[in-house]
Amino acid sequence: MSNTKMILGLFDDPDEMMHGIEKLQKNSVPIYDVYTPMPIHGIEDKLGVKESRLGYAAFCFGCLGGSVIFSIVYYTLVHDWPMNIGGKPHFAMPDFVPFTFEWTILWTAFGMVFTFFFASHLFPGRAPRVMDLRATDDRFVIAIDAKGNIPHDDITKILQEAGAVEVKHNDRKYVSYE
Amino acid sequence: MSSHSESIIREPLITGKNITYAQITNDVLFPVENKPNKAWWIGFTVASLGAMVWLFSISWTFWYGIGEWGLNKTVGWAWDITGFVWWVGIGHAGTLISAVLLLFRQNWRNSINRSAEAMTIFAVICAATYIFGHMGRTWLAYWTLPLPNQYGSLWVNWNSALMMDVFAISTYFSVSLIFWYTGLLPDIAAIRDRAKGLRRRIYSILSFGWTGSVKTWQRFETVSLILAGISTPLVLSVHTIVSFDFATSLEPGWHTTIFPPYFVAGAIFSGFAMVQTLLLIARKVLGLENYITMFHIESMNKIIILTGSIVGVAYITEFFIAWYSGVEYEQYAFINRSTGPYWWAYWSMMTCNVITPQLFWFRKIRLSIPASWVLSIIVNIGMWFERFVIIVTSLHRDYLPSSWVMFYPTWVDVGIFVGSIGLFFTMFLLFIRVLPSVAIAEVKLLLKTSSEQAKLKLIKEGHLDPEQVEFYKESLQKFDSVELADYDKV
Repeated sequence: MSNTKMILGLFDDPDEMMHGIEKLQKNSVPIYDVYTPMPIHGIEDKLGVKESRLGYAAFCFGCLGGSVIFSIVYYTLVHDWPMNIGGKPHFAMPDFVPFTFEWTILWTAFGMVFTFFFASHLFPGRAPRVMDLRATDDRFVIAIDAKGNIPHDDITKILQEAGAVEVKHNDRKYVSYE
Repeated sequence: MSSHSESIIREPLITGKNITYAQITNDVLFPVENKPNKAWWIGFTVASLGAMVWLFSISWTFWYGIGEWGLNKTVGWAWDITGFVWWVGIGHAGTLISAVLLLFRQNWRNSINRSAEAMTIFAVICAATYIFGHMGRTWLAYWTLPLPNQYGSLWVNWNSALMMDVFAISTYFSVSLIFWYTGLLPDIAAIRDRAKGLRRRIYSILSFGWTGSVKTWQRFETVSLILAGISTPLVLSVHTIVSFDFATSLEPGWHTTIFPPYFVAGAIFSGFAMVQTLLLIARKVLGLENYITMFHIESMNKIIILTGSIVGVAYITEFFIAWYSGVEYEQYAFINRSTGPYWWAYWSMMTCNVITPQLFWFRKIRLSIPASWVLSIIVNIGMWFERFVIIVTSLHRDYLPSSWVMFYPTWVDVGIFVGSIGLFFTMFLLFIRVLPSVAIAEVKLLLKTSSEQAKLKLIKEGHLDPEQVEFYKESLQKFDSVELADYDKV
């Protein structure tokens, strides 16, 4: 048995890569992941990737931020230390609007972005698990888990037929940094 | 950033014949991966000298107090708040480009959003230095935060527009920063994967372990879109709130409801002018003519005419309302602005902001790089005068004639202002050396649909009628980097 852990199909054109995905799927070869230097639209449907739920996270964080600042302003201005300014009401809603608005946005942005980092395992200093160094430059990479996907030559052939400029049989799962 | 199909007779967003994905990376990363050229060193030397002037003047202020500024008992706000509002306004274009234009699917933003966002961050930093300087006792800046304290229940005054400013500016800065940095991750990863040794380690830490897998890209795009969606109202709110600093007062010339939209329009106006000032040089020095094309320059010039005209209408409306309100103090404030001791500032503002940008109606001027550059600087000067006119002319003649005075800046005022420009350019020049000044991944998205070679290919394949080809060719005449001879062969 070979030591190949990952089979990578490297394409130099996103359309050809999409074609490659189709061909692999037609031949019932499971795809591990696809790495691209830019977002490819329509690929999620093809690979059956579910829609991102970050919008819900954003909404929840926004509601939380708005409620927090509204409570702080209410507590300080109305409850804890009401100021009598010309007999005007303490619960002066229009004054609350800018703060509530700003913190709704602040919490939405930070909450959502940190959720994104958390969900995608991104954090400062994390060793990048790159399969091919050119995947951030000009190569569109389809990665196939070699285990259980034999014969490898057939996969290589499918990828080459689809227009892969290079097919790699990697012994290590990740090539860099680790 | 969504997938798009656009009319093939539209002008290309990337010019050049044989651009490939690899070449985009090479071109954009050239200044990052190579030693800086002479032009950069000259710019950096001048800018950092300016930054030193800033450092000296602001240190002087902190040491001796704001008595060193030209402020007096009547004119309590002058160059400091002028500088603050001016810089915040300049910052707005970055968010406008990255958020509003993204929502409107304006793909030409892809080549300019990165530098514009960086400009936002640096401009807001410059704005913040004025605010901290103006506080006098900067080390007590934390008093603006709603913190419980040892004196008992003493909270910040939530009714004050200045408090709203604290929240608006800090939110704006942090959201812009996170938007900018998240957008940078794929490009930092591109630098990392090409670098060696220590550079690789540094960029590896900065890249957060980005790999570019499908799911990450999908989430990345969701994040960008939602951030754009929330940054759009944010950016409008920020300058609205900055205008509240004036509008909620009872000062003639300040207490007006037109301030929020007028300030926002002014911010876009000055911001785009600054983007133009920077990019016209950057595209030349960094060799990015294929990505920041005449189409981008023209589009920005069009936004400058639009917002300049809105600002012009606002000036006239202010005058009209002063007269129409029948309030004599208001009427006097405006008569004084245009004919009083600061008439020269008022008319400089009018000339720079209302009259000269109208020159962009002429196609030749709109498409001329030197003219665009000069006019963009004139707009920046005009917008500085606008803030100065609003602040100083309203204050120097208040309700009590016995307190009428003039404002004279001291060398510290001048030093902080000139120095802040140096500081801004220093930060910008350092930015273009260490990070990509064009969003690589976003520009790559355009290669197959909106580049010149993609369009030429479509024409060759016969997707266009001959008259459409003619129309397209005519529209290309303004591009200095497009060779029309290629189209004759088709």
